[in-house]
Amino acid sequence: MSGSATATGQSVVRMANDIARNFAALGEEQAIRQTAEHIALFWDPRMKAAGFALLARADSGFSPEAGAALAQLAGEARDSAQG
Amino acid sequence: MSYEPQPDFGTPASRADEQVTLTIDGRAVTVAQGTSVMRAARECGGDIPSLCASDSLEAFGSCRLCLVEIEGRKGTPASCTTPAEQGMVVHTQSERLARLRRGVMELYISDHPLDCLTCSANNDCELQDMAAAVGLRDVRFGYDGANHLGTKPDLSNPYFLFAPDKCIVCSRCVRACDEVQGTLALTVDGRGFASAISAGQSADDFLSSECVSCGACVQACPTSALMEKSVKELGLPERAVITTCAYCGVGCTFRAEMRGEQLVRMVPWKQGKANRGHSCVKGRFAWGYANHKDRVRQPMIRERVDEPWREVSWDEALAFTAGRLAAIKAAQGARALGGITSSRCTNEETFLVQKLVRAGFGSNNVDTCARVCHSPTGYGLKTTFGTSAGTQDFDSVEHADVILVIGANPTDAHPVFASRMKRRLRQGAKLIVIDPRRIDLVKSPHVEAAHHLALQPGTNVAVLTAMAHVIVTEGLADEAFIRERCDWDEYQDWARFVADTRHSPETLEPVTRVPAAELHDAARLYARGPNSAIYYGLGVTEHSQGSSTVMAIANLAMATGNIGRPGVGVNPLRGQNNVQGACDMGSFPHELSGYRHISDGATRALFEGDWGVSLDPEPGLRIPNMLDAAIDGSFRALYIQGEDILQSDPNTHHVAAGLAAMELVIVQDLFLNETASYAHVFLPGSTFLEKNGTFTNAERRIQPVRKVMEPASGMEDWQVTQALANAMGLDWDYSHPREILAEIARLTPSFAGVSWEKLEREGSLQWPVNEASPDGSPIMHVDGFVRGKGHFVVTDYVPTDEMTGPRFPLLLTTGRILSQYNVGTQTRRTANAQWHEEDVLEIHPVDAENRGLQDGDWTRLASRTGETTLRVTVTDRVAPGVVYTTFHHPATQANVVTTEFSDWATNCPEYKVTAVQVLPSNGPSGWQQDYAEHTARSRRIAHEPAE
Repeated sequence: MSGSATATGQSVVRMANDIARNFAALGEEQAIRQTAEHIALFWDPRMKAAGFALLARADSGFSPEAGAALAQLAGEARDSAQG
Repeated sequence: MSYEPQPDFGTPASRADEQVTLTIDGRAVTVAQGTSVMRAARECGGDIPSLCASDSLEAFGSCRLCLVEIEGRKGTPASCTTPAEQGMVVHTQSERLARLRRGVMELYISDHPLDCLTCSANNDCELQDMAAAVGLRDVRFGYDGANHLGTKPDLSNPYFLFAPDKCIVCSRCVRACDEVQGTLALTVDGRGFASAISAGQSADDFLSSECVSCGACVQACPTSALMEKSVKELGLPERAVITTCAYCGVGCTFRAEMRGEQLVRMVPWKQGKANRGHSCVKGRFAWGYANHKDRVRQPMIRERVDEPWREVSWDEALAFTAGRLAAIKAAQGARALGGITSSRCTNEETFLVQKLVRAGFGSNNVDTCARVCHSPTGYGLKTTFGTSAGTQDFDSVEHADVILVIGANPTDAHPVFASRMKRRLRQGAKLIVIDPRRIDLVKSPHVEAAHHLALQPGTNVAVLTAMAHVIVTEGLADEAFIRERCDWDEYQDWARFVADTRHSPETLEPVTRVPAAELHDAARLYARGPNSAIYYGLGVTEHSQGSSTVMAIANLAMATGNIGRPGVGVNPLRGQNNVQGACDMGSFPHELSGYRHISDGATRALFEGDWGVSLDPEPGLRIPNMLDAAIDGSFRALYIQGEDILQSDPNTHHVAAGLAAMELVIVQDLFLNETASYAHVFLPGSTFLEKNGTFTNAERRIQPVRKVMEPASGMEDWQVTQALANAMGLDWDYSHPREILAEIARLTPSFAGVSWEKLEREGSLQWPVNEASPDGSPIMHVDGFVRGKGHFVVTDYVPTDEMTGPRFPLLLTTGRILSQYNVGTQTRRTANAQWHEEDVLEIHPVDAENRGLQDGDWTRLASRTGETTLRVTVTDRVAPGVVYTTFHHPATQANVVTTEFSDWATNCPEYKVTAVQVLPSNGPSGWQQDYAEHTARSRRIAHEPAE
């Protein structure tokens, strides 16, 4: 379980891991890409933000694929914000 | 409409294409081959007396009233059992026929009370009509001999009575129970003069028998022998209005038969294309909640939820609500506000709530109760086929050769469709049931499943993948269909995946607990059809892999070519009356009406142009995420129309914590429901009898809902939403739901051809209704999938995290029962409570014995999230290791036990799998007692003006 203290944080860890597990059969690269797409399409901004905030924590609880997907989205969000 | 009985043509319509022409009483009549002479006469406006005939039943030929003369034939054949033939010359009136009919009627009347003036069926009695029609003026036999007068009526059923002295033993009730309902509860007991209608065994009355109170017998009865108690009490109706039932997703249409503003009875409308003249105990009889004493008729507000409610005017309630919403928005931003639409409300009401949230509140935080039932259907079918809806109409089942029912219990949850399904099964279609519980369909009179795969809860994907393994490895896939209609490369990837030996029935048997040989046979049966149809319910969707299961079902249908024609398809059986419609109307936080993503700029621009506002391009929060965000402090206000999330949503403690954390909870409902205990504003709602609009049923059929009485609170639900919008400064001026429907059609491609006027004309329309399909689309994906090529999705079995163990060794699965509906808000306030006064826990005899439990004992049901107590029923319907209960009663609150685990794609809760322990108990738990006290406190209404 995640080290997040917020209800949203705990939920997004479980949700991201569930999504990634269900794409795992496609192989790591595809699983990360599809997990990121799914989160982008269905998560409210504060949920994404909660996920991004947890990425830096060693005890975030994200699976490697879920963490990679969120990291990819966080990068895209940074790029988008920078212009 | 004024009151006129529904026309009855005496025998069912023939479906033959060939026509025959005959002459009836000098008139040439052309009808479909196979049509009875009786029907031919009635179709051309003539009439032939009858008593045992009805066009909802097969011809019986027992009453001998419908005799006719046919030139060239001897005797006087019964017109109901005589097919019309080319060149036939029929005479329906002659001196001989009149004499014969009078003789028959004389015998009937000689054993019938002559109390017409005081009979509840006076002026609505076929026996009375026939006596008049045949010119009966005298009964020669008197009443001195043996007769049935004075026999005691059976009043046991809460909704209808059986008066044997009024019965003419025409068998219409028995045949209706057999042919229409398929329960076979009634019979004719005895012979000759002693013949009597009997419900079940001789010791039974109607209530204790197997009768399911569908009312088909009452509707079929030609006299007052079987009669609604409401008619006996209120008198005959004087007008009838066609409307649509507000219970399950079958969407039965009814004639609401009225005296003034008083509803006398609901009678299924024979022209209704969803129900074809049939109904269930809920739709036909359980409407008394509309006038229940618990109805809230005046708006109420309070500053804090620990205060009593204060009844106020609409103006004060709306100003209070709008002021609070504006203050929260100003302080914390638009994303702190949200709303929940209701699958019990109309399309128009649902559309307005999501419009209010998006355009008024300024967020996309709108969700709907489909979140907790069929959201995986939306995701799964859109991904695979391109449209978030079932593929068939209900009529399609009449063409099915193999019916696969997975995770659904149609006889309880969709009883009217179940009757149609059972009729097809009695005709010889084969049945496969995939369900951990032995539902009634597995074995009932004249219906028996060829295969019942009693899988371990939570292993749907494993079972379906194993079926796919059999189909692919045994060469049963329909390669021609796949090559033409689907993406061939994706199919090959999927086929390789399912063909792997780790997906074989043998490998997966330890996981699924389904014997491999049985699974092989079931897969072969489904694949060979030739017409195989899948029907599924919440036993598919309410799992951590709900969406995967929907896609696995779609994969099976595509792989075997069972898409795009009658008799096949993928058919989600929707729980509530307007689940389909609520989803269609843009109730999900990520999409606008017609399932178009909120991030799509062109779609957003269309709505922005029409509504004159800017829309947030980011998805909003789903219900469980709203609750999380409320606990975290970023979500502060929620407008809930017609939904009781405290009782219906999982992990009650979490829901309560979320609601309690909000600054403003607005509940719009008929009653002070469980959620209202945490509300600051209560806006009284209107029943389906009190409003206009449309519902969309499980077959995408849009049907009118028509107001038959004024709203108890003075406003229909759409008017309340509009008043709230205007109190917030929006400028809405809809004067009728037809104008909202016009806006929906303007903004939603699949509804482009829908209008109020067209619905009035056609009765119903199945979307998409557009330029390509101006009359609607009974069957989808006929020539190609909506998304282009059908998309095979690899669905790997991922076990749920909810595991049994030493502390919680059993698996709980939840469901519904025939007499109750959803959280029971309506049905608990009707006489239906007689059949199900409390939720009970089904437990296998072995598990019960291990715990020292006997039938009726109190037991403590505990999971890692909470515990409750309820009584047990010991039954082998459930497998060892599995227990089952319903969630209709707040006193039990089964969702105290369910967890926050949910479908990976949609967050639909995993209601169907909870690890639990079951132990003896002395009675209600401390939590239940606290909850009862809390609820009583929360429902106080101040009778003095607040200081």
